[in-house]
Amino acid sequence: MNPFSSGTRLRDMIRAIRACKTAAEERAVVRKECAAIRAAINENDQDYRHRNLAKLMFIHMLGYPTHFGQMECLKLIASPGFPEKRIGYLGLMLLLDERQEVLMLVTNSVKQDLNHTNQYIVGLALCALGNICSAEMARDLAPEVERLLQFRDPNIRKKAALCSIRIIKKVPDLAENFINPVAALLKEKHHGVLITGVQLCTDLCKVSPEALEYFRKKCTDGLVRTLRDLVNSPYAPEYDIAGITDPFLHIRLLKLLRVLGQGDADASDSMNDILAQVATKTESNKNAGNAILYECVETIMSIEDNGGLRVLAINILGRFLSNRDNNIRYVALNMLMRAITVDAQAVQRHRATILECVKDSDASIRKRALELVYLLVNESNVKPLTKELVDYLEVSDQDFKGDLTAKVCSIIEKFSPEKSWYIDQMLKVLTEAGNFVKDEVWHALVVVISNASDLHGYTVRALFRALQTTAEQESLVRVAVWCIGEYGDLLVNNAGRLNVEDPITVTESDAVDIVESAIKRHASDLTTKSMALIALLKLSSRFPSCSGRIKDIVVQHKGSLVLELQQRSLEFNSIIEKHQNIRSALVERMPVLDEATFGGRRASSLPNTVSTSSGTAVKLPNGVAKPSAAPLVDLLDLSDDVPAPSSSGGDFLQDLLGVNLPPATQSGTNQTPKAGTDVLLDLLSIGSTPAQDNNLSTPDILSSGQDNKPIIASLDVLAAPSLTHTTSSTASNMMDLLDGLDPAPPKPVENGPAYPSIVAFESSSLRLTFNFSKQPGNPQTTMISGTFTNLSSNLFTDFVFQAAVPKFLQLHLDPASGNSLPASGNGTITQSLKVTNSQHGKKPLVMRLRIAYKVDGKDVLEEGQINNFPRDL
Amino acid sequence: MIHFVLLISRQGKVRLTKWYSPYSQKERSKVIRELSGIVLNRGPKLCNFVEWRGHRVVYRRYAGLYFCMCIDEADNELEVLDIIHHFVEILDRYFGSVCELDLIFNFHKAYYILDEVLIAGEFQESSKRTIIRLLSTHDSMVEMAKEEATSIGNMIAQVTK
Repeated sequence: MNPFSSGTRLRDMIRAIRACKTAAEERAVVRKECAAIRAAINENDQDYRHRNLAKLMFIHMLGYPTHFGQMECLKLIASPGFPEKRIGYLGLMLLLDERQEVLMLVTNSVKQDLNHTNQYIVGLALCALGNICSAEMARDLAPEVERLLQFRDPNIRKKAALCSIRIIKKVPDLAENFINPVAALLKEKHHGVLITGVQLCTDLCKVSPEALEYFRKKCTDGLVRTLRDLVNSPYAPEYDIAGITDPFLHIRLLKLLRVLGQGDADASDSMNDILAQVATKTESNKNAGNAILYECVETIMSIEDNGGLRVLAINILGRFLSNRDNNIRYVALNMLMRAITVDAQAVQRHRATILECVKDSDASIRKRALELVYLLVNESNVKPLTKELVDYLEVSDQDFKGDLTAKVCSIIEKFSPEKSWYIDQMLKVLTEAGNFVKDEVWHALVVVISNASDLHGYTVRALFRALQTTAEQESLVRVAVWCIGEYGDLLVNNAGRLNVEDPITVTESDAVDIVESAIKRHASDLTTKSMALIALLKLSSRFPSCSGRIKDIVVQHKGSLVLELQQRSLEFNSIIEKHQNIRSALVERMPVLDEATFGGRRASSLPNTVSTSSGTAVKLPNGVAKPSAAPLVDLLDLSDDVPAPSSSGGDFLQDLLGVNLPPATQSGTNQTPKAGTDVLLDLLSIGSTPAQDNNLSTPDILSSGQDNKPIIASLDVLAAPSLTHTTSSTASNMMDLLDGLDPAPPKPVENGPAYPSIVAFESSSLRLTFNFSKQPGNPQTTMISGTFTNLSSNLFTDFVFQAAVPKFLQLHLDPASGNSLPASGNGTITQSLKVTNSQHGKKPLVMRLRIAYKVDGKDVLEEGQINNFPRDL
Repeated sequence: MIHFVLLISRQGKVRLTKWYSPYSQKERSKVIRELSGIVLNRGPKLCNFVEWRGHRVVYRRYAGLYFCMCIDEADNELEVLDIIHHFVEILDRYFGSVCELDLIFNFHKAYYILDEVLIAGEFQESSKRTIIRLLSTHDSMVEMAKEEATSIGNMIAQVTK
């Protein structure tokens, strides 16, 4: 006996594996067995080959790799005996799939087995072929399979029929060869052959229009007769399931009739009677009967119209829908969804029941029902349906709320009969499930509110009330804060009160309180807090009495770690303190947001950040994700397509909203009497464009400010925070965060051509920005100043930056400004590089980099390649 | 068509897998992990269908074993329940009141039975008797081959003694 063949039997191995108490033990046993099997394979051991393969299959099922056993399957299949072939084919089907090259090697053995004198071996080969054959094998072996469709033993014919299904699915061109043999199969009496033949016929009709035409003409009547005989057949114990003779055959026949009847009035007509018989006579107390009814209903719905049958079908579905069995209700919902295109009115009748299903405890049923309800909504029933759904939103479980909210919002938006209803419903949704409301949905709500001028007062008061009761729903807070900022005066003086609402007394300080709580709330995210700050700024003008208090709140964020809040706080504080004269104009109400533009933008499925993101995307060639300020820009620039209002206040307003005025306008207006406005613009707008100005090499206001030549004295202080942006390198990162642009520090023009700076490397924890300059008269050499920013919340120590370049480049690295990098962008390391490009003008720069540092004493290594250097360096 | 058949125990152990659509080994283990998470966590009174990646998974629990079949959206879910039951009944007849251990130690036999019920993800035979008859023919052929081998072995042993 072979010393390497493992002595254990299959049973013993399974027992050993089952006895393992830990995964490690199991791995050890499997490893030992695998080693023994490999050894046996190498030895070309004959005696235990099939036992080894059986073991491998078990090991495979446990999820261990077994590719080394694939060739063993082939050897077993090639051996002469039935037992070897049987296990060999099983292994082939289990260990391989159609995409493996090894499979091609088996084609020849399969071919021989298909022609084998032992019909059971033929059966094995057909089964394997049907389960895993690839397109090539299908082509090679189709003639054999086709021949076997006429084999004397029915058990081979049925296997050949199913194998043919796989073949025509893999190679639809072969379909026509099968048409004639299949027509013969349809006349069989043997149920197995008939079932598989009908199935093959259905699949042929799907891949080949000629086959469909042929079978429709020649076989429809025969199939109807077969179904009739089956329905009326006496009790047959061999095929009986719950009192029905062979439901599987029933279902397949109905399915084929559906394919034949679809789009053909004559064929449909000839099957009407039998369908009616099946629909009325089938017992529906067992699953098998319901399965047949279900199939029958689908066929009735799909074939050409026959009013009477459809009524019958819809009634069956109605019965299904009120069934106590969840499975039956599920399929009913499923089918009603398809029926809705045929007879919407009939489905509407079951609305109440369907609505109940939305509240079912079963997630599968809920999902189906919700989709169906969505299709059922129309102008006439939108109000009651929405009410039901919104009420349910309150009690639905968390997993389902997301889906439900999306659908409810979509219904409200699509069918809302009037604005007040829309606003009411949306407020309810926001109150119940604001956290599940998508951004574009509440953006749309803000647009609608802004357009409904007679409802401003009502809306803001309703939101105020809602916010008083719950502040847990983020998007509710946002919309409320926005509205209070815009329409705070209406909130306090109860203007525009509708008859339906209760009077409410809100003092100015109440309004400020509630906005303040939104900022203070821990869970509020950056967008909400930023919106709240803007709202406060607006309120400071609306409620002069609270101005001092608002200033205090704003000032509290001067030290905020979040740059966005810090910057806003500083800027708004300046406005409140120093610019009383322009403040009221600056924070005037927003102009009405243009529904058409906004709607159009949503419809075109572009993100709302069209204007800003398209500008920045170009600037971030390495696909760096936009910093978190993006949604902010987004929400503030809602109106950037609005035509500029004529009043100067409107201009300010636009600026406040972060409108991206084209740089040309900016550079054109510098040093004019309006310059002050523009400084402000730069100050306040988020996506303004100092970097672009710089690219244009036009001395603009900011650079003139940098030269310490104040245009207007009073604006000097005001502009101060903004000026730091462009002068210190820290601030350049800050700018970066704020607007996603990469501002290059202003360089004197005489320094040679200016290049845009790039984000050379960015990971989740680290960003490296490169700024470029060239010495005049030496175009080959580029001075690069690299700035590292730590984006994580941990301090980096022992920071080392290394770079490598290809041979045509020369690299000189200056020492870095430090070796520790404070957390969260609170400091930077700068390092200068000098790169000389010997192929200047021919090849662009390219660089590999490696950054090593320590976090909490642990070494971290980051590597990357920079391919996005400006072209002409 | 049926894309795959899975047998998962209550503990999440795989007892049988059969793939009729191409899934790579990696996808297979992902599918198994995902589905056992979904199916095993469903309550007892819920419906037997789960929507999953644009397909439907029909499952049915027998004692500690979940029989799952993945089908197309347009297929008849109720029928698949009957196909599962059909398969289970054949297993039961073949093993004589089947239990999980039968399927563990004779897993290859379970595969042979499945191959008589389904090919290419399509239903093959509605008569349980036919299937049992075919299987016993196969088994007796294996037995005969074994006896032949041992008798030849004995003869060789006697000659060489």
